[in-house]
Amino acid sequence: MTEKKSLPSTRRRKWKKILEYKQLYFLLLPAVIYIAIFCYQPMYGLVMAFKNFSPLDGIWGSPWAGLNHFQRFVTSPVFFDILKNTLTLSIYSLVAGFPLPIVLAFALHYTRNKYFKKTVQTITYAPHFLSVVVICSLCLILFSPRTGIVNTAIEKLGNERIFFMAEPKYFKHIYVWSGIWQNCGWNSIIYMAALAGIDQSIHESAMIDGANQLQRMWYIDFMGILPTIVVLLILNTGSIMSVGYEKVLLLQNSLNAEASEVISTYVYKKGVVGGEYSFSTAVGLFNSLINFILLFSVNMISRKLNDVSLW
Amino acid sequence: MDIQLKEDKILNIITSIILVIITLIAFYPLYFVFIASFSDPVSVSLGETWLFPKGINLEGYKNILSEQKIWTGYANSLVYTVIGTILNVVVTMATAFPLTIKDLPGKKYIMIYFMITMFFGGGLIPTYFLMKNLGLLDNRLVMIIPGLISVWNVTIARTNIQSTIPDELIEAARMDGCSFIGCFFRMILPLSKAIMAVLVLYYGVGHWNAYFSAMIYLSDTAKYPLQLVLREILIQTELTLELIQDNEMARKSMENVELMKYGIIVVASVPVLILYPAVQKYFVKGVMVGSLKG
Repeated sequence: MTEKKSLPSTRRRKWKKILEYKQLYFLLLPAVIYIAIFCYQPMYGLVMAFKNFSPLDGIWGSPWAGLNHFQRFVTSPVFFDILKNTLTLSIYSLVAGFPLPIVLAFALHYTRNKYFKKTVQTITYAPHFLSVVVICSLCLILFSPRTGIVNTAIEKLGNERIFFMAEPKYFKHIYVWSGIWQNCGWNSIIYMAALAGIDQSIHESAMIDGANQLQRMWYIDFMGILPTIVVLLILNTGSIMSVGYEKVLLLQNSLNAEASEVISTYVYKKGVVGGEYSFSTAVGLFNSLINFILLFSVNMISRKLNDVSLW
Repeated sequence: MDIQLKEDKILNIITSIILVIITLIAFYPLYFVFIASFSDPVSVSLGETWLFPKGINLEGYKNILSEQKIWTGYANSLVYTVIGTILNVVVTMATAFPLTIKDLPGKKYIMIYFMITMFFGGGLIPTYFLMKNLGLLDNRLVMIIPGLISVWNVTIARTNIQSTIPDELIEAARMDGCSFIGCFFRMILPLSKAIMAVLVLYYGVGHWNAYFSAMIYLSDTAKYPLQLVLREILIQTELTLELIQDNEMARKSMENVELMKYGIIVVASVPVLILYPAVQKYFVKGVMVGSLKG
């Protein structure tokens, strides 16, 4: 009897609370609507990947194609090339670019001179705020075969001028190192924050116990920020298949295309430029599925090994 | 103690060397572009201008001033950035605040609803058709409305509100008869100036630097933002020039671009580069790893 009575009353209390909080829901409303339209609606559009979409018939009206588009992509002659280019760029970026911000953060952390520290920070953050167009123009201008300062230096040292942008073998280096130049300083912020969060009393007691500077650096500071490092590594590994089109499209030209065509630029060209909507949607979906599987598995491994996980 | 002092010294020297090298590498390209922008173009292309400006020449800046499309682009970018950023910050804060209230019914589901979009998306083509169906193709609104909030920034704002404004403060205000919307405008916003400064910078730089959505959605050159104009001048001309050098027309425009290219980069980047140092001390607030959890 009592149970029957309490059920409606808790529900009523819940409704009363919702009513009391209605202004909060009102504040959330714009974002909820925005996300529904601009994030969930395109997810529904992914159905296109399994159809032979034509804009006239709409998504529902177009005939089903099953997994044809996926099959066509995986068996197409360019598949291995663009997969290789994508993985080369992202793995190279990760391996070369991941440790440097940590080194920078440590060097900054051990610097006592406040002004020097602040100057270094201000300068190394600056490239992060430049646009992709500016970064890529800088690459073109500085590496230009006729007037670029890099080639002038190469010539002064007695070597032949090199047309960097036209040779496929240089593409990955330019792409990766310009990225590192742009974001090394910025990416160090997170490690600086983690280092600042380490309790100084641990250092003091370690000093009393006779630990030297290097030992403390490794066992206290490095081990202290290891969870942060692992989380960032998980996030980076999870996006290893997503080399964005923004920068690649700007650095790409017909001469270096064999090294610069990646999955996302392929989607752009086939879809937006070429009008093969269903096919390029399928390629994009294939790409993000692999990303998600990667993120998920790296996260799981890390949770098993270190107890560090994203969710 | 002696050994420790010695170790300290060695460490100091090593860190200083690392910092000086990294700083020089970050700084030099920017410095070079700056001095090259008002030096004699011939001495720049011969490699004589590399440490100090040489043969002061403001011809490049004059050409930039007279180039109509750069100014159209500048004005467009300014409008997109200012309106876009105001909307971004207001909606982001309005979304973050309710998510800090502990006993909001359904909060968990709303969070999941937002979080999913960080890992999944529709991708390029479905998004393109969405814009088309919404009538946003070649519409200035396409530079403002898509990207209204970033879920990542919402979590950053939420974590910051949680850690800087105690729950009791809001409860007390509620007791005194302040509505939630009143709390939002009279307490949350005034007390969150630091994080809002960071959000303004993040969103603002994003708007200012965006080129890709303009490239695929806008076709009328009068609506182009600055970055797209830059791409046209710097990247497309520069490349065609390197590839085809004997065309008379190309040579003409080459000389023009040659003269302006460093100046254009300066003009396009200065607004952002003078703004960020003002907000620099708050950057740490914007990068909390823990914010993804919980």
